[in-house]
Amino acid sequence: MNNSNKNNMTIHLKVWRQASNKEKGKMESYTLSDVSPDMSFLEMLDQLNLKLMKEKIEPVSFDHDCREGICGMCSLMINGHAHGPQLLTTTCQLHMREYKDGDEIVIEPWRSRAFPVVKDLVVDRSAFDKIMAAGGFVSVNTGSAPDANGTAIAKVVADEAMDAAQCIGCGACVAACENGSAMLFVAAKVSQLSLLPQGQPEAASRVKSMVAKMDEMGFGNCTNHSECMAACPKGISVEHIARMNRDFLKSSLLQ
Amino acid sequence: MSSHKLDSKVPSGSIDQKWNQHKFQSKMINPSNKRKYKIIVVGTGLAGSSAAASLAQLGYEVSAFCIQDSPRRAHSIAAQGGINAAKNYQNDGDSVQRLFYDTIKGGDFRAREANVYRLAQVSTSIIDQCVAQGVPFAREYGGTLSNRSFGGAQVSRTFYARGQTGQQLLLGAYSALMRMVGLGKVKLYPRREMTELVLVDGHAKGAVFKNLITGEYESHAADAVILATGGYGNVYYLSTNAMACNTSANWAAYKKGAFFGNPCYTQIHPTCIPVHGENQAKLTLMSESLRNDGRVWVPKKVGDTRPPDQIPAEERDYYLERIYPSFGNLAPRDISSRQAKNMCDEGRGVGSSGLAVYLDFKDAIQRDGKSVVEGKYGNLFDMYQRITAENPYDVPMRIFPAVHYTMGGLWVDYNLMSTIPGLHVLGEANFSDHGANRLGASALMQGLADGYFVIPYTIGNYLAASASKKIETNHEAFKEATEASLIRENKFLNIKGSKGAMEYHKDLGKIMWDSVGMSRSEAGLKKAISDIQKLRHEFHQNVNVPGSAKGFNPELIRAFRVSDFLELGEVMARDALERNESCGGHFRDEFQTEDGEAKRDDENFCHVAAWEFQGVDKAPNRHQEKLEFENVKLSTRSYK
Repeated sequence: MNNSNKNNMTIHLKVWRQASNKEKGKMESYTLSDVSPDMSFLEMLDQLNLKLMKEKIEPVSFDHDCREGICGMCSLMINGHAHGPQLLTTTCQLHMREYKDGDEIVIEPWRSRAFPVVKDLVVDRSAFDKIMAAGGFVSVNTGSAPDANGTAIAKVVADEAMDAAQCIGCGACVAACENGSAMLFVAAKVSQLSLLPQGQPEAASRVKSMVAKMDEMGFGNCTNHSECMAACPKGISVEHIARMNRDFLKSSLLQ
Repeated sequence: MSSHKLDSKVPSGSIDQKWNQHKFQSKMINPSNKRKYKIIVVGTGLAGSSAAASLAQLGYEVSAFCIQDSPRRAHSIAAQGGINAAKNYQNDGDSVQRLFYDTIKGGDFRAREANVYRLAQVSTSIIDQCVAQGVPFAREYGGTLSNRSFGGAQVSRTFYARGQTGQQLLLGAYSALMRMVGLGKVKLYPRREMTELVLVDGHAKGAVFKNLITGEYESHAADAVILATGGYGNVYYLSTNAMACNTSANWAAYKKGAFFGNPCYTQIHPTCIPVHGENQAKLTLMSESLRNDGRVWVPKKVGDTRPPDQIPAEERDYYLERIYPSFGNLAPRDISSRQAKNMCDEGRGVGSSGLAVYLDFKDAIQRDGKSVVEGKYGNLFDMYQRITAENPYDVPMRIFPAVHYTMGGLWVDYNLMSTIPGLHVLGEANFSDHGANRLGASALMQGLADGYFVIPYTIGNYLAASASKKIETNHEAFKEATEASLIRENKFLNIKGSKGAMEYHKDLGKIMWDSVGMSRSEAGLKKAISDIQKLRHEFHQNVNVPGSAKGFNPELIRAFRVSDFLELGEVMARDALERNESCGGHFRDEFQTEDGEAKRDDENFCHVAAWEFQGVDKAPNRHQEKLEFENVKLSTRSYK
């Protein structure tokens, strides 16, 4: 329970500091000692901020909330990797035992034209909400649903829909993509609803509206490098992008 | 003190007819007139998103506010295990009556019967609605929905989506909300903190919000205000709540006259990953569903430090199975947590801190095979391993109770309206349905029941009956509220003390956990009250809030929230002190049976305690709403 034990490390941090989206940013260096290997990465940043406040330096702003890998609020490019080095892990679930004494860690915000920096490591991801508002739903008003067991859905289909539905909307896919593409994010929702019978009536209009909004928000194109899948903390497969592309093609033929 | 101010407005008639009758007798608003009414919804979790979407579908003009960058991030998203509904798809004897009974009993007879019955009634429609939205619940090979049993229930009525049920339900409600945003029927305001509730002639007519990006204050006028702002578990600093969960919107309403119901009823969840060190900022829950297959045990011998695999079966105490043979490892949360604490207090806790018990899957793996266990709990096992660096397939998990949910909240009547006319409170933010202990998989049910199926009916009744006087944001009351917010933040920024708000929060959490946690005593509570007062005083002299009022400043917002928790903590301790009985999650050392179980006092405490603000450093007034049990017989809750 004691933090000052012999396993504790000294870590050298290089952190992106930017006062607002109107000002230029730059990297700042900080050294943090007494970092316990059992700490989470964000607890390490909490400790940095307490130290900075004692030194009368403004603490580093970063987004975080649930700290259990599900809300999608945390972000961070850590040594060039979205959510850090560990596969299938959000930044909040990354632990300092992944690092060793004396390591240097470079921390930057998500970098994408569609995600402007708000402050330091915080970016604006509202473009994702706008894509969802364009079609990421089934148009069913409260109260008008039939009995839940009225339509049987094969277990394998429900499971595959769930694989896609696990997306936490963090934006790592966009940050990891050299084109800043949001294809994996959009495909996860399109594919989930396209697999389920409930999504069928609006399948064509949904994919068209969401793709159009994605383009309008300034996300780049997909060039099939699958960096998004490697960075995705929920392991969402690029197969969903293939399904979305089929749906998109189908929707344009139906026109 | 009984109070004329607390009229529960429970309709007359038999319990199964109350809601239907009430809906029929409620005043209606013509569809084309609904667009003339503006409603503010604060919070976009299950209750807030479902309410905002449903009210906009009816035609109301809705504005939705949240503290995160997107409504999809509200903490409902973290719920793992499932959602209850009385569908009886498993043919195992479930019914509305049984869900009602289990919830009343689970809440240790401290919830309002009529609300709970309505909750059980609408539970079935929730599942229908979610499936229609495309929520991918777990299914059987035949294509029908799957169910599992959950703590405190003897039927399988819990619907689930792997270990991410809250996420899937919230994304369903969020999709409904975003659809209405896209149609222009809901205006969405993310990254906004509500700082003041605005009252005009005693009615809630709007609120003032701080824009967390610009730092500016924004006024919003409305005909009614809905708070769906969640629980206050973070008063303990360490909890399973997200970091941003707070009581501030509720507290602003409390300070404007909304009564706070049963603040001392908190739920300590039995299966969380134990604390690792002083720098820990948050605790992680391991879903209660694990207790379906995991067996909880500690060594029989005090101070037994052998590794678990070297302790033979006959030297292990499977204490839940021993003490509660009929429910075993599925005993309700309050009981399981308290027994874990008892084992550790006896010196039989495990791990380096001695503050943990084992949750062992060895027998389940031997019985069903590793792949079956992996199929059910794989993601939870992975999460455990990521945090602790131990493999739960090989060594038993170590678990310990942690603060998880708060049953208390703003007092509401049957219409979900607080003591401030026009102010409605939904989900965990209100006090109404779970009594002194919430059953597993009931929080999601309540949040969605309130938002989809209750408030759309009851708010119309208020709007139709109240004067249709339109208030604009140029009204004096908005200026005053904005001015109050500005004065408050300048005060914080000018203290320039030496200790961060997070450190004060941690100090408060220690007091709360030690004295207002799993067991409470008169002496401990009295000391907690004076310790919190001292800490609060010091905070206002010495807190260090860096940065400025303009722009993005998370430390300033943290100071707001910690300041409110420092007031709430005292009211919780006062509530616990006045309630001279043990019930559910509220356990007073002085009031226990011979075998250490909670001892209720139905003669003197079969009531809701609702607290009325009198000033920060003044004791609040305690009011009572008597609870009537006409359909369930008051009895000693037993899981043996």
